[in-house]
Amino acid sequence: MRAELKNYQHEQYYFKLRLGFAAFVVLALFGILATRFFYLQVNQYKHYQTLAENNRISLTPIVPNRGLILDKNGVVLAHNFFVYTLEITPSKIANLEATIVDISKLVEVSALDRKRFNKLRDESRNFESVPIRTHLNEVEAARFAVNHYRFPGVEIKSRLFRHYPMGKLGAHMVGYIGRINDKDLSNLEKAGDLSNYKGSDHVGKSGIEQFYERYLHGTTGFQQVEIDADGRAVRVLSSTAPAPGDNLVLSIDSKLQEIAETAFGDHRGALVAINPKTGEILSYVSEPTFDPNLFVDGIDVDNWKALNESIDKPLINRPIRGIYPPGSTFKPFVAMAGLEDGKRMPPFSIQDPGFFTLPGSAHRYRDWKPSGHGMVDMQRAITISCDTFFYGLALELGIDKLTSFVGHFGFGKKTDIDIQGETEGLLPTPEWKRRRFKQPWYPGETVIVGIGQGYTLVTPMQLAQATSILANNGVAMKPHLVTQIQKAISGENTMIPAIVQDTIKLNPDNIAIVKRGMMDVTLPGGTAASVGAGAPYAIAAKTGTAQVIGIKQNEKYNANSINERHRDHALFIAYAPAEDPTIAMAIIVENGQHGGSTAGPIARKVMDYYLLGKLPAPDKVLDETKTPLNSVTNKLATKPASAANGAKKLKPELAIPPEEELHD
Amino acid sequence: MACLFFTLIVGLFVLYSASGQNLTRVYGQGINIIVALSFMWAAANVAPNQLERIALPLYTLGVLLLIAVALFGAVSHGARRWLSLGITQIQPSELMRIAMPMMLAWYFSKREGKPAMADFAIGGLLLLVPVALIIKQPDLGTAILIGASGFYILFLAGLSWKLLLGGAIAFAASTPLLWSSLHDYQRRRIEILLDPTQDPLGAGYHTIQAIIALGSGGIAGKGWIKGTQAQLDFLPERSTDFIFAVFGEEFGLLGNALLLVLFSLIILRGLIIASQAQSTFTRLLAGSITLTFFTYAFVNMGMVSGILPVVGVPLPLISYGGTSMVTLCLSFGILMSIQTHKKLVAS
Repeated sequence: MRAELKNYQHEQYYFKLRLGFAAFVVLALFGILATRFFYLQVNQYKHYQTLAENNRISLTPIVPNRGLILDKNGVVLAHNFFVYTLEITPSKIANLEATIVDISKLVEVSALDRKRFNKLRDESRNFESVPIRTHLNEVEAARFAVNHYRFPGVEIKSRLFRHYPMGKLGAHMVGYIGRINDKDLSNLEKAGDLSNYKGSDHVGKSGIEQFYERYLHGTTGFQQVEIDADGRAVRVLSSTAPAPGDNLVLSIDSKLQEIAETAFGDHRGALVAINPKTGEILSYVSEPTFDPNLFVDGIDVDNWKALNESIDKPLINRPIRGIYPPGSTFKPFVAMAGLEDGKRMPPFSIQDPGFFTLPGSAHRYRDWKPSGHGMVDMQRAITISCDTFFYGLALELGIDKLTSFVGHFGFGKKTDIDIQGETEGLLPTPEWKRRRFKQPWYPGETVIVGIGQGYTLVTPMQLAQATSILANNGVAMKPHLVTQIQKAISGENTMIPAIVQDTIKLNPDNIAIVKRGMMDVTLPGGTAASVGAGAPYAIAAKTGTAQVIGIKQNEKYNANSINERHRDHALFIAYAPAEDPTIAMAIIVENGQHGGSTAGPIARKVMDYYLLGKLPAPDKVLDETKTPLNSVTNKLATKPASAANGAKKLKPELAIPPEEELHD
Repeated sequence: MACLFFTLIVGLFVLYSASGQNLTRVYGQGINIIVALSFMWAAANVAPNQLERIALPLYTLGVLLLIAVALFGAVSHGARRWLSLGITQIQPSELMRIAMPMMLAWYFSKREGKPAMADFAIGGLLLLVPVALIIKQPDLGTAILIGASGFYILFLAGLSWKLLLGGAIAFAASTPLLWSSLHDYQRRRIEILLDPTQDPLGAGYHTIQAIIALGSGGIAGKGWIKGTQAQLDFLPERSTDFIFAVFGEEFGLLGNALLLVLFSLIILRGLIIASQAQSTFTRLLAGSITLTFFTYAFVNMGMVSGILPVVGVPLPLISYGGTSMVTLCLSFGILMSIQTHKKLVAS
């Protein structure tokens, strides 16, 4: 009994010992836990605090409204409007297929809509809403709204769309916006603007929309939103309102723009009209044009093909990217060069036999009038566009002096208009030719530069700017389209001042001679007499023709026998009123044959409306019979073989830059 | 007792928050608690010697049912844990949680005095058979808890230190073997435990989000129903296995410390009951029940705080769920019975 009791006590003791050990282990392990808690909740608190906040808070950008683009009278050229879209959040929906079928009973959902929906859904995260239908009309939106309770996870949202109410009018000038692509992203990154584009889908791609992107876009606002694990917004913690983009007022009058575009009829070409005193662009035409609305949400394949592959090249921004030989419109500037150099000062005259020869050569550089013009002085040479006169002048000046002087009028360099993508054109020099062709310069090449042929290439914008500088007596105003930048909220208005770009020192007497010659162009006896007929104001002008294909030696240019696309380009520069010009312009009508007949009437319509407020008479048929002789062109046939070779390589006709440069 | 009730009430509050202020869940858990407490009350009124009598039949039934599960059990979520009895389903492993310590305590009480080596071998076998069956289901969490409850009896019954040490060494040596016997998802869980960032959106997600919740709670916590990790759905299984993360986030280090103290008090009380128990059976049973309770708490908090692998072990008295609540309270009932009947046995 005793032993048993002792044994029992011993066992009891032994058990308690083990229990004590267990208790120790329990406390030790709890101690480890407590240490772990301390480590996590005290030492690492900041770290996990941040992680939890990052989990919880999402910064949602609020996209600002894009600024409007208005014409000078407040007519809207680009604005935004709300459209209803029907959007589905896939993560909130159990049976997507059935839901879409149900939705399609209320609003039409086409196969195309579903295709796009599936594509967008693959690209987006599960909790993002994806549009199943866009551009719902009021009836559809209302019908769905009534049935909304049946569709949790489906919502009507209103999104801002960019719209160009004038459509094709001035499309190359206004430009368009498009979806941001990789190239845009890297550009934005380089400019340090990327953070401002969080949430933005679109960016200006061309024209004003591109050039003034910084003003139009506005400042993105931000909203701190608490989100749950599925990314659903629970509540707004704080928000910074976005600042809408600035509204831009252009110097364009959309009515004038419409008249100018309509005046082109079916012709292709370009027109730029500038106020010489301010540099404000009054009209900016590139024909044919296109509807920029097509580009806003990604152009569809069919429309893109139609535009991009059209032989009319509607996507080319002709005023700044089309390059043409200036032809005889170059002569007033060559004349200025001569007079300023003291050459051909009145009463100096030549007896024009109808051709020009280089000393020691029998080769004849023919005048457009085979019989010659008789006695011709500087003023008359401009009025009747005497080639022989300018052949000799160019040769006497020499190519270096000639090109460096006319360079002051902006040829061969960008005009700095507020549209991106300008090309520089070409003012040839011997140095340039050596680099380009590794060939020496021939005197014959200087001769033909005198009449705006050869290698010389200009953009319509350059030609208009040069005309404007001449009209403004040598004072070059910076050309610009935007005249006012308006803050959307405060209405604060910044006027873009007229900036003097350059002042060419010209002798007023010399200017008077050239201007007098140009005024006579639109008077009886001038090359564009029909343009000035009946005008209550004086028009100074110069016609021009640029050859598209080479005419062989002794071959006659016959417009009727050659393909319409190979006919000469018609050029025309003008300013009015001649005594105190407020409008200067350059027009190119592709394959329009002669400046006075096709381009001139366009200029007259524009000037009549601009100066008199007079609308053009409907369906005025172009009168071809009144035009002067149009054989200015075959003179090129006689240029030296070497020059002709070089010219062939350079393609003196409308040199259209490669596609990728034009459209990105 | 008081600690127990306090913990239960704390649990209800946490559950209210963890379930996203879902009162039906809280009511449900309330009913669970009431049912569990009535089981506890019933168990407390059963004399230990009666328990001793039913130990063997209960254990036998448990093993048979486990075999039945292995053969005809219903599969859900890739595990075969349930046995369908026509109208209702039962989970025999839950029965084993009670039956196992009772069985082993009964066996060693029959070998009073100094149990021989052979007894431990038999005890070990009695333990390993059901545990192996449960691992096969697979249900690692339950297997660990039942294994632990049996091991505590072997330990308290006087398993020699040498053998314990040897066993530990043997276990370490057999780790590679054990590793190969684990299921892929179990291995993955252990791998992720060592480095949760390996799979932040998959298997590691639970642990990472739980640690973020705990850590961001700081000293004082974010406040009741203010835990962002919990309220915004970042925490998975936040009203069941990961409820401790909610608690730690909303009540902070202070709350955690309080919970540790409460658990420690309950365990201490259990150990005291065990030390005062008069028969070998009650002593061993009480010790095992108490230490198993500790195991629950430690494994759950360890897994939520990222020092143990994620195994399906609920936080005792707090996690939502009827079965574990009933099993726990039943075992507490047995503890009470042992306490109230100690003099009876002694006399």
